[in-house]
Amino acid sequence: MSTRRALFSIALTMVSLGYVRAGAQDAPHLGKPISESDVAAWDISILPDGTGLPPGSGTPEQGSTVFAAKCAVCHGENGKGGSAAALVGGQPLTSGIETAKTVANFWPYATTLFDFTRRAMPWPRPRTLTNDEVYALTAFILAQNKIIGGNDVMNAQTLPNVKMPNRDGFIPRFPERIP
Amino acid sequence: MTGYTLSEDAAAQQLTDAPWSTKAGIPIPAYATPSSFEKHVVRTLTNPRGEPRTQHARTPHHLVNGTFTPNGLHFVISHSGAPDIDPAQHRLVIHGLVRRPLEFTLDTLARYPMQSRMTFVECGGNSAPLFSNEPVQAGVQTIHGLGSCAEWTGVMLSTLLEEAGLDPKAKWLIAEGADSLALSRSVPMSKALDDAMIALYQNGERLMPGNGYPMRLLLPGWEGNMNVKWLRRIKLVDQPGMSYYEARTYAPILPNGKAYQFYFLQEVKSFITHPSPELKMSGAGFYEISGVAYSANGRIAKVMVSADAGKTWAEAALQEPVLPKAFTRFRLPWKWDGGPAVLQSRAWDEAGNVQPTRAEIIARRGQTKMPVTNPTAFPSQHYNGPTSWAVSRTGEVTHVYA
Repeated sequence: MSTRRALFSIALTMVSLGYVRAGAQDAPHLGKPISESDVAAWDISILPDGTGLPPGSGTPEQGSTVFAAKCAVCHGENGKGGSAAALVGGQPLTSGIETAKTVANFWPYATTLFDFTRRAMPWPRPRTLTNDEVYALTAFILAQNKIIGGNDVMNAQTLPNVKMPNRDGFIPRFPERIP
Repeated sequence: MTGYTLSEDAAAQQLTDAPWSTKAGIPIPAYATPSSFEKHVVRTLTNPRGEPRTQHARTPHHLVNGTFTPNGLHFVISHSGAPDIDPAQHRLVIHGLVRRPLEFTLDTLARYPMQSRMTFVECGGNSAPLFSNEPVQAGVQTIHGLGSCAEWTGVMLSTLLEEAGLDPKAKWLIAEGADSLALSRSVPMSKALDDAMIALYQNGERLMPGNGYPMRLLLPGWEGNMNVKWLRRIKLVDQPGMSYYEARTYAPILPNGKAYQFYFLQEVKSFITHPSPELKMSGAGFYEISGVAYSANGRIAKVMVSADAGKTWAEAALQEPVLPKAFTRFRLPWKWDGGPAVLQSRAWDEAGNVQPTRAEIIARRGQTKMPVTNPTAFPSQHYNGPTSWAVSRTGEVTHVYA
């Protein structure tokens, strides 16, 4: 058999075995369907408009108690700073490009505070706080920074409506890449 | 022994057999590690005991050569250590604004068509000490060690997203890791559908634990932190999540008190690795000036090198293959006359972007008010200006502004 004929017969064999060029349309489709309720335990994403915020609520006073018990060891008494960052106060951003970014002077959305606290804190035992505790801690930190009142209740309705002081302080670097 | 600086030789001696040449060598191990004489070729660590803060491991650019970073030397930033993930139990879930949420195992992903691509990954804070108003006294590993380049192999994310079925309302995805912080970042769908990959292999072997074992999101050319490691969940959404790292950390403050948001791209940059501060020069004569250049906007088009603080420039040779969004090694022969010199490099990418001068970047982005005393700190992010190495008459190389 000539070389040319041999190659031709190999090509025919590949076609008969269902050989296809790799591409998205030819993917094996091996993903296993899963219901959103089965993802729920992992689905901790909170969006700035409040999407994803769970039921529950908390006040600054309740948060003060939780903070002293679970957070002050690193973040200092009432969030004034310790081995971990201060959560209260902050210099104006015009103080310099290296100004420490804080909840008060930088964070554009209060929902980020809930999201990060729930997913990552306390450092040694993340995702052990109840939703009420996270709302209370969020309320406590916002109140310590005088962003909300001392008696304001934080919940899925009130938290996304908190207007952070630096909400409008951002410029998209490459606007054409932002949906 | 850096493999660069010559030792001071006595007169030539008669050659004899060394001890290792007169007996059989050591057994070959199942998994090789470098020679015992290369123990100094390591990453530098900021938090070796894993205290409750971020860990940085920096690539020793001055002790390697070529373009790809060995896996054991690839840079790592981890905010809570590397999770010890059992790959058999790891799951990747794609859900949110899709027609049908899907779960994948490592075994199911192994059945998909794969692609390999060389690409750099660079922390958004790499080179940040150069925002200091006075030059930090540090070398290329400390200043630029948070960027590395590897061949990554895996499944294109677009393949999996098409299988899940995109809801047209999906504009972003939120990627999340299986680490204790469940680190999350938002990525525009346009990038996800362009060249994003679920990377399973790094330079041919499974990902290193610090680089995301058993799978990570790879976004070629984009801010390292967005290349979410230990990837376990992708949620399609209609707005960015404004996670801690995008809303706060990687949003550099500008001189007017505003801040850049969604910087994403690692813009065109180059730096000289040889010579550099840890590589003392051994007298006048021939040296090769060599370094790496790279850009999120495609291939490197040109690198110019100066040995007189930018007064005159020569075009460096680019080592083939020149690949998009990958390290490109540049080389230029140089005859050092033994006098003071200042070495700089400047890169252009194929999209026409040029590495800004220090004056240009400082005018736009500012610099610190006080000198940065800790060269591993991050006074800002996304510095892509030039680096200048001053050579003294004695061959010492130091970091300067010029």
